[in-house]
Amino acid sequence: MAVATHTLPPRPTAPEPSGDPVIRVEGLQAHYGAWQVLHDIDLSVEPGEIMVIMGGSGSGKSTLLRHLVGLTRPSAGRIELLGVDITRARYTEMLRLRRKIGVAFQGGALFSSMSVLENIMLPLREHTRLDRKTMEIMARLKLEVVSLAGADDRMPSELSGGMLKRAAVARAIVMDPKLLFFDEPSAGLDPVVSSALDDLILKLREAMRMTIIVVTHELESAFKIADRITVLDQGRILLVDDVAGVRRSDNPRIQNLLNRRAEDAAVDAEAYLRRLTGEASTTSTARNGSARAR
Amino acid sequence: MLRVAEGIGRGIVRGVEEVGFAGALFAEAMLWTALGPARRQPVRLPAVFLQMMQIGVQALPIATVLAATIGMMLAIQSLYSLSLFGAEHFATVGIALSVVREFAPLIVGILIAGRSGSALAARFSTMVINQEVDALRVIGISPVRFLVAPALIAMMIMVPCLTMWANLVALTAAGLFVTAELGLSMTAYFADVVAALSVNDLAHGLTKSALFAALVAVVSSVNGALADGGAEGVGRRTTRAVVQSIAAIIMADMIFAFVVTSG
Repeated sequence: MAVATHTLPPRPTAPEPSGDPVIRVEGLQAHYGAWQVLHDIDLSVEPGEIMVIMGGSGSGKSTLLRHLVGLTRPSAGRIELLGVDITRARYTEMLRLRRKIGVAFQGGALFSSMSVLENIMLPLREHTRLDRKTMEIMARLKLEVVSLAGADDRMPSELSGGMLKRAAVARAIVMDPKLLFFDEPSAGLDPVVSSALDDLILKLREAMRMTIIVVTHELESAFKIADRITVLDQGRILLVDDVAGVRRSDNPRIQNLLNRRAEDAAVDAEAYLRRLTGEASTTSTARNGSARAR
Repeated sequence: MLRVAEGIGRGIVRGVEEVGFAGALFAEAMLWTALGPARRQPVRLPAVFLQMMQIGVQALPIATVLAATIGMMLAIQSLYSLSLFGAEHFATVGIALSVVREFAPLIVGILIAGRSGSALAARFSTMVINQEVDALRVIGISPVRFLVAPALIAMMIMVPCLTMWANLVALTAAGLFVTAELGLSMTAYFADVVAALSVNDLAHGLTKSALFAALVAVVSSVNGALADGGAEGVGRRTTRAVVQSIAAIIMADMIFAFVVTSG
């Protein structure tokens, strides 16, 4: 368990739960066509908390994120963000809510036709009546926060993967949101850059007192930043607990995740063979045939 | 057999869905253009101007070359076919009417489908795949207002302008050939052209070109919005956008001509 041995940096303790949860999900179900991706998800996130949603690929964590930020409508269930039920909210209500939410996408999703500064200014341009100079100053402030000072005039195509994600964070926090969603901060980055991003997430919570939801498959990163971890597997929640609780868990699937073991350990040799040959029926007739010959 | 029928059925359902989506997209873009300013979410003029520049002004050289070629071609064919009846002096009327009512709008439409429709589809599908469209939505910006409306407005303004320009160029080019062959003066040729055309003919061509513009913009946007499957998806969607745009233009052309002339 190499993961468990790294030293944790001094970390501010999670704030005491105060008042209503910022996110409340009840009985969330999601389908792609006939295929059910999320089964009865119940989740609540307290203000000021860093909640990590963790799971392997295909666990449904990205789908859950898309639902949480209102990009996809669930087939059943309620999602409440900052007291607003986004499955039922009207357009204007949703628009007001969007100003209090920031999302940093996996690949950054910066608009490739705009410079970094223009990208970060876009939410201000759309939602406020500030003059250009003020917006520039606010955008540069956020660039300072994410340690990208001086990248103003660069185009997104000129940035590295880590810089793109930082710029995306700057755009996500430019309206000083109460809620920040971060999709796979460490995907495609080397360990040093990825660890710096984790530090950034911790710093943001400390400096701006926001609630942060991080979706990741990286254990190391999850253990470093999380107050609580939601472990998702095959579209169901396996466990919601703090870091120590997840480490202690004796659920075999969680242990597999922790030890990075491949999932289906027990393989039925017969079924495996059938899968390889592609046809279950042919194999059985062939076997019958050879038995008769004998 | 059943599988073929099922495939056809699915194809039709998907086609109807896409047409419905296209209609909704057009209506939403128009709604944003009309109501956006009142809701403090206007369609951005700089974005419209940028599109007008790319779609209209930058297409001017190639539009000129194509219009001149078409005009010349039309003159050659008209003189040849009319000479079979010894009716060359009717050529001007035929050329003027077919350029203004048919050839200029059609050739500009097809040019815009190939040039700007493909660019639009490629840009939108890349944005979809890079999650840029998702990013717009979570920021609270309607992608229709931000991306589709400027392109649609720019096209509906610039394509008729280009068509008007193509009219002039094609008629002039045809005039060069006709005057040389028939020994007319350019002034006499243009006097014939003006006499042959009515405001109605001009309006017919220009209205049609605005319709083509809307078709190209909407078809390309729909294809861009439905993109999936990475870089390959972008290529596939771009090709589809161009093919469907051109098909839509040609079919709309026929329907428009039928409806207007029979009315």
